[in-house]
Amino acid sequence: MTIDWLNFTPWSALAGGVLIGISAALFILLNGRIAGITGIIGGLFKPAKNDMGWRVAFTLGLIIAPPAWQLIKPLPEINIDANFTLLIIAGLIVGYAARYGSGCTSGHGVCGISRLSPRSIVATLAFMGTGFLTVFIVRHLLGA
Amino acid sequence: MKKNLNHFSALIFALFSGLIFGIGLILAGMANPAKVLAFLDIAGLWDPSLGLVMGGAIAVGLVAFTLAKKRTRSFLGLPMNLPTSRIIDQRLIVGSLIFGIGWGLAGICPAPAFVLLGAGSLKGIVFLIAMLIGMGIFEYIENSNK
Repeated sequence: MTIDWLNFTPWSALAGGVLIGISAALFILLNGRIAGITGIIGGLFKPAKNDMGWRVAFTLGLIIAPPAWQLIKPLPEINIDANFTLLIIAGLIVGYAARYGSGCTSGHGVCGISRLSPRSIVATLAFMGTGFLTVFIVRHLLGA
Repeated sequence: MKKNLNHFSALIFALFSGLIFGIGLILAGMANPAKVLAFLDIAGLWDPSLGLVMGGAIAVGLVAFTLAKKRTRSFLGLPMNLPTSRIIDQRLIVGSLIFGIGWGLAGICPAPAFVLLGAGSLKGIVFLIAMLIGMGIFEYIENSNK
């Protein structure tokens, strides 16, 4: 293991993480809801009365974050190495599997672990494990 | 009237929570898929930053959810929707394992996909559309199995 000290950004990572935590805290303490994107979006697929507004509002908040950021300073760089075919395959997998496993990085990884939920701890270990494994296979075995 | 006012403030706070979440993702570097993949690449030049993102978020979350668990209503008077399931089943494990493969292929998970849309990233938007189709396929299969 070689640490990439040049690109390691401990302070902004920690500060960004704290903001994500504050968001999840506000959402459960004020709205009584889990800030899990998969669950929030999943609920939009089966419309129920008085259950749509908060889902749309939270998602809209995520979408307006970059333009809001740009009011103060330029966005940090965004690099997506994957080509369109790979993005479509990855997107289909992520969408289907996040719903199948009842959550993603936000719902299981942040909120679930914070709740000390055994389900979420298992889920997070599982997707972190295959995340590491996938990158290892793609970059070091297939050499892409 | 008071009920309507509460309903409206709940929407405003939901928007605000989403905004803070998105700003947090941008600041943390999670909205940059290359940085996410650099975290997942332990065998290469490893960028441990994202571990600190999780650590920071969970540190705050632990306090908030400890408090939340003691309440039956939120501070806005809304019901607390805390998950109750404790069953670790095959769906949870298989779903999460496959989710990690998709995450490792492009470096994008659901929340950052929406931030990438807001940033106007074409590749991000293509991923987001595919992800929503994936969720739609899940919903379709679930419903046809009933």
